[in-house]
Amino acid sequence: MTTATRDHLGRSIIAVTGLGVVSALGRGIEENWDKLTRGVSGIHRIERFDTDGLRTTICGSVDFMTSRETSAVDLSYAMAEAAGSEAVLMAGLSDGDFGGPLFLAAPPVEMEWRSRLALDKQGGAEHEEAGYERLLDIARRNPDLAIYHSTQCSRISEMLADRLGTRGLPITLSTACASGASAIQLGVEAIRRGETTRAICIGTDGSISQESLIRFSLLSALSTANDDPAAASKPFSKDRDGFVMAEGAGALVLESLESALERGAKVHGLILGCGERADDFHRTRSKPDGSPIIATIRAGIEDAGLTPDDIDYINAHGTSTPENDRMEAMGLSAVFGEALKTTPISSNKSMIGHTLTAAGAIEAVFSILSLREGILPPTINYAVPDPTIELDTVANTARKADIRAVLSNSFGFGGQNACLVFGRAT
Amino acid sequence: MSSSPRDVLVTGIGLVSSLGEGIDVHLDKLSAPSPSPSVEREAYAPYSVHALPEIDWSAHIPKRGDLRQMDTWQRLGVYAAGLALQDAGIPFDEGLRAEIDMVVAAGGGERDPAVDALVMERARASNAPERVINETLSSELRPTLFLAQLSNLLAGNISIVQKVTGSSRTFMGEEAAGISAFYSTRSRIACGQSEIALVGGSFSAERRDLILNFDLAELMLRNEWSPVLSRRTGADGIAIGSVGAFLILESPDHAERRGANVYARLVSAVGDRGRRDDGRLEKRFSDLLPAVDPADLLILSGASGLADHAKVETEALDAAYPDAARIAYGSMLGHSFEAHVPAGIALAAGALSKRTMFSRTDLANERAQAAPARHALVTTIGHLHAEGACYLEAVS
Repeated sequence: MTTATRDHLGRSIIAVTGLGVVSALGRGIEENWDKLTRGVSGIHRIERFDTDGLRTTICGSVDFMTSRETSAVDLSYAMAEAAGSEAVLMAGLSDGDFGGPLFLAAPPVEMEWRSRLALDKQGGAEHEEAGYERLLDIARRNPDLAIYHSTQCSRISEMLADRLGTRGLPITLSTACASGASAIQLGVEAIRRGETTRAICIGTDGSISQESLIRFSLLSALSTANDDPAAASKPFSKDRDGFVMAEGAGALVLESLESALERGAKVHGLILGCGERADDFHRTRSKPDGSPIIATIRAGIEDAGLTPDDIDYINAHGTSTPENDRMEAMGLSAVFGEALKTTPISSNKSMIGHTLTAAGAIEAVFSILSLREGILPPTINYAVPDPTIELDTVANTARKADIRAVLSNSFGFGGQNACLVFGRAT
Repeated sequence: MSSSPRDVLVTGIGLVSSLGEGIDVHLDKLSAPSPSPSVEREAYAPYSVHALPEIDWSAHIPKRGDLRQMDTWQRLGVYAAGLALQDAGIPFDEGLRAEIDMVVAAGGGERDPAVDALVMERARASNAPERVINETLSSELRPTLFLAQLSNLLAGNISIVQKVTGSSRTFMGEEAAGISAFYSTRSRIACGQSEIALVGGSFSAERRDLILNFDLAELMLRNEWSPVLSRRTGADGIAIGSVGAFLILESPDHAERRGANVYARLVSAVGDRGRRDDGRLEKRFSDLLPAVDPADLLILSGASGLADHAKVETEALDAAYPDAARIAYGSMLGHSFEAHVPAGIALAAGALSKRTMFSRTDLANERAQAAPARHALVTTIGHLHAEGACYLEAVS
């Protein structure tokens, strides 16, 4: 069934014709790729809020686009807009009239502490006692649409849809730390169904706040290696002690290969397959036998019409938590066998931190660039290898490699597992 | 993938609301001679809330350890999902349920109001409120609350409790999430990307933190409760309602192989969004309405209680389907944002299958059914954005 523009199942081959990214390393493809391949870390001390009393005081926040007071919605939008616009323009399309659907991975949002405290300060309430009854009294006298907007999970996609001129009802989704990959999967499926010839898939996350940091901290998920921020995220190392929260956005313009070729668009890479499976074991932990992770990786490779032998490089989920990196290596080992030891695998999170909702999309962008440029970004801070995880982590220095297919993993709380397989443009 | 689209069938319904639990209870209450909603007027005054009755959660969430990990929003969803799976006759078998895809429409999770109040209280006396937040949240928050707060953890809990693990996707964003959940799932099944899926959502109305968000935008009904279509400009607003609504959607082959009972066929589920000024809302909503015969048609309007939207919707429906029967189900259930479209589709599928004749709660603004419906349309004008129309047909 395979033809020049159809895959092994007779489906449209999916081309990536536009890429955009924002991370703690900077804004835009060029700056990010340059720093990523030079092994630069974007992790720094938290400046956004007072960290007094917190166990973790470092992060990979994006502080160069908006002011300190910007809400999570507005920062997530600003980064998605930057990445989305960059991707659409790279694809040679109008960034005000994209003309296809939007699939957006966005962080769940709610009222921010700044707003609660500001409301509580206002007078005229019947209830003196602090709490929601008092805030309701105040809200009835002082409605504030801007605060409501900052609590709306669909707000970012609404603004993006207007800004980029996308079509139809955008889908805003959350599959926790697999969200970015899920957004791409939805775009792939829509094109395969023939509903559209192109789609824009964006993952964005600007949700670092005191409360979000404290919550992850209470789950013991975060690195507390505060002394040297750039060295804190150390995926697959023996001394890894948690992930580093980070922010950013990744955007991809997906197009049927047929449509891309017809309009003479440059194809930067292909999306060959998607796999997903939910885990029913625990809210934050993977099934001990790794079966959902294994099934997800297998499903992705099978959907691509490939076998594990065909995968030349793995863009790891690699969060730097003890649990994730162990389970990821175990799952990969079950699928790849002995070949895993000689298949290069690296974690972008060693440099940009864990961008949560955006991670799958940002790492998809970097995977496509790896294919296009023939360069594997390193896993930095790999000084003390974990002897129980035998991997070629592209340690500390980028490497040139002629690769044809890349596997990218994304796993999230709530039993979310998604894998994408990318191919080189031919 | 199959080359030609195939039918998408509704083969299971799990519905829980202020009216009770199970599709039959809802059909009975909505077809009673003079149906009346269950509205809590005191506890949240001046707001009206369609509150849940007592529910024995253990019927579909047997482990106490699981229950402890969830607040009402997630319990309601996990419970309704269990009800839908049971109603569809899908045994509690991990192998079988591992093939079921899942799409959940979800908002944000629960907060701990006592901790929030404590932070506000302590911040008043401090000139370093950020330190108060750090200290208080670090010592007072329950770690598990974080998990009750994440939007995708409703789906995560359904995987754990109900063993649905084929895939798990959570869509966010009020009414739009519900529309998209059905659009996406229907499309996947129609073209062979999925065989069977659990799709729906839940909304817990008894939350002051959410009422606060809505009323900052002046969305809540503060006046005396009345049916949604009768609320006039200046005295209009939303009376929120707790709802858990999940359905099983299935391909005909898959349903036939396991001898499933079929409620109805989900023919289409479409949505759109955009600016609403200068007649754009009217035009966009009208464009979503399918060209179908108004005879034997039941329209289930998802009207939220906002008068401007009700006017647009009523005029568009009158123009497209003169004289068609029309009920606004939010009068009985309250408005449930992410769960509202799923609830409407549940009621439509149930009524088509059981040949239910819904009664009116609002004689002036609803139109009675002359006969049981053969097809049904569930309409949505989202409270701030998104419009949708979902169309179902009877199968027998």
